[in-house]
Amino acid sequence: MRPFLILLLVVIGLWVVWPDNPGFHLGPFDRSIEVVRGLDLQGGLRVLLEADLPEGEEIAPEQMQSARDIIENRVNALGVTEPVVQVAGARRILVELPGIQDPEQAVSTIRETALLEFVDFSQVSPLELPALMAAPILTDYGLPVEAEEPAATEALATPAPRVYPTVLTGADLESAQAVGPDQLGNYGVSIKFTEAGAALFANYTSAHVGDILAIVLDKRIISSPSISEPITEGEGQITGTFTIEEANQLAVQLRYGALPVPLKIAESKAVGPTLGEDSLQKSLRAGIIGLVMVIAFMILYYRLPGVIASAALLIYALLTFSLFKLIPITLTLPGVAGFILSLGMAVDANVLIFERLREEMREGRNLRQATDLGFNRAWPSIRDSNLSTLITCFILFWFGSTFGASIVQGFALTLGIGVLVSMFTAIVVTRTLLHLVLDRIVSAEHPAFFGVQVSR
Amino acid sequence: MIDIVGRRYLYFAISALIILPGLLALAIWGPPAAAIDFTGGNLLELRFDSARRPAPASVVTLAEEAGIREPLVQTAGESDLVIRSKPIEADQKARLLASLEAEAGGPVTILRDEHVGPSIGAEVAQRAVGAVALAVLGILGFITYAFRGVPHAVRYGVAAILAMLHDVLVVISVQVLLGRFLSWEIDALFLTALMTVIGFSVHDTIVVFDRIRENQRVHRRLRYDTLVNHSIVQTLGRSINTQLTVMLTLLALLLFGGSTTQHFVTILLIGVLSGTYSSIFNAAPILVVWENREWRTWFRRKRAPA
Repeated sequence: MRPFLILLLVVIGLWVVWPDNPGFHLGPFDRSIEVVRGLDLQGGLRVLLEADLPEGEEIAPEQMQSARDIIENRVNALGVTEPVVQVAGARRILVELPGIQDPEQAVSTIRETALLEFVDFSQVSPLELPALMAAPILTDYGLPVEAEEPAATEALATPAPRVYPTVLTGADLESAQAVGPDQLGNYGVSIKFTEAGAALFANYTSAHVGDILAIVLDKRIISSPSISEPITEGEGQITGTFTIEEANQLAVQLRYGALPVPLKIAESKAVGPTLGEDSLQKSLRAGIIGLVMVIAFMILYYRLPGVIASAALLIYALLTFSLFKLIPITLTLPGVAGFILSLGMAVDANVLIFERLREEMREGRNLRQATDLGFNRAWPSIRDSNLSTLITCFILFWFGSTFGASIVQGFALTLGIGVLVSMFTAIVVTRTLLHLVLDRIVSAEHPAFFGVQVSR
Repeated sequence: MIDIVGRRYLYFAISALIILPGLLALAIWGPPAAAIDFTGGNLLELRFDSARRPAPASVVTLAEEAGIREPLVQTAGESDLVIRSKPIEADQKARLLASLEAEAGGPVTILRDEHVGPSIGAEVAQRAVGAVALAVLGILGFITYAFRGVPHAVRYGVAAILAMLHDVLVVISVQVLLGRFLSWEIDALFLTALMTVIGFSVHDTIVVFDRIRENQRVHRRLRYDTLVNHSIVQTLGRSINTQLTVMLTLLALLLFGGSTTQHFVTILLIGVLSGTYSSIFNAAPILVVWENREWRTWFRRKRAPA
């Protein structure tokens, strides 16, 4: 029974590893099977954002979650395939953008603050306001400047959507903070302009006393006060019917963008595609060379069992790699190193078994007995030593997850999976193959097959 | 039969011979330099493909002219440069790249561009210490449980941890030297390597201890030190062969795996070697030292028994 099970696993493994694997496309199971390469192997950008708040300050998990969602939206706009945006620990967000070409632009997109505009509404009557408040408006900020040809545009049947002139943007803002309450219990936000902003604002307000000036955040009107007097001091207040929370939030948005938590970049790592490809090729080559050397050693030293162990090792590599593809595990450079190290540990299980087998044969037991005894006696040390490695992997994984160190996590994960699969191949595959071959050798008359000299 | 347990103090001395100079160097030179992973800062790795790579000294000058603070420039491989510095701004980087391209007379490719804020580093170091402490406790607990049928099970756990600390100290000693002479820095990968060494060391030790556990059930009459020596010798073949296969894979990685993992693999190689040494020559002999309570005679004689 077992040989067929192993054969079945090998066939499935080969199918999964096959480079042109079409993937599952059956009803609900619709997914492709591909190797997911980490940033260090394909190039890309990794940014760790951190809440820009004092150490002790509590941050609600929901706030971090919604900040994550907003960043994910911004990142999606970059058109990156398979971006990773996740909350790491209590106050950090990890962003990974594989294969990105222009890291500078990506960073500025991620930390982009909300666009605040002061828009000239002098052509708008107070009656129109409620309708305008309901939907995003168009402003001329960021639009290409076009030569005006009034005659031509008026001839068009459908009127072009109205575009309002922007007076100032958030870039002209130096600071913003919540103030209040006033006599009615309403809070506001006081704003302070930069020098250049203050001059522009003074000019504009002097010329437009009595007109409406809309305050627009990300193209949505948040407030539409009318100018009661020229503001020349470079300071102003956004008033409205804000509660203290709303006023605080608005102030934060004006300073940091439309995120519920202010974020700063704690770490950013960009790997060029050249280095990634280079590393991948080299690690793959190293892995194959290592595998060949280990197989040569096993066969030279352990003879027949060495051949069987090598077959088991190849099956091990096949199964582990298909698991990486199926789960899928993101392969990073340390992950590949972990995989290659686990090859060594997979060999260890076989070495333990064969050393035991040779010992039993030297004591004059026949082949079948020696095989069974060898397995049974080697099992406790395989089990206990691998369990301790798994404990370490578990702690490493946790260590990595608390601060978004995906390299450490990748290593722990591949090593852990490797250790589990190696226990399976040593106990099930090696044993079955050994029995399969041994049952066809008439007796133990060929000790040389095992590299053993039996003296009776 | 080879007598390992009988010469245990010789082997302890060999360990001390490696660890003590390392600790001494640590005391004199201070801890090895930490990479920007821990201190915060900027790392730029550049490749000059067709262009002539400028000398590091002139790159330092160019970097300082661009307003970059504390630049450290190293060459890597045939045509690469690594520039480490305090955090830099986008415009400073642009200025540096422009002047480098002018200097080199050709285009420059950015291979890596890393920026780490200072707050992360301290936390990583703290977490690492916490993780190691947790791993020690977990392993101690696990071994004490796994050897519960054996008298003084907790000794096995403690001996395994001592052998593991030995390996950690060897790795740190070597790192001090590497840091001093090759300016290799402690980074997140070094920590990963260190933790792998911890895992491997205990893995190796348990195999020897398992044999002691088994032999204790079979040969009840044997003196404890003879029994331990038997067990070490019986597992010697396995220890050496496993060591060899792991070394083969690591050597392949070191020689063919590219520069990014070189430091990582070197540390692993040394740690794995030390791990095998300590499980044969330290961990099991410590059990004998404990069984005989030999420390009672350590300070009575003027001369240490050899």
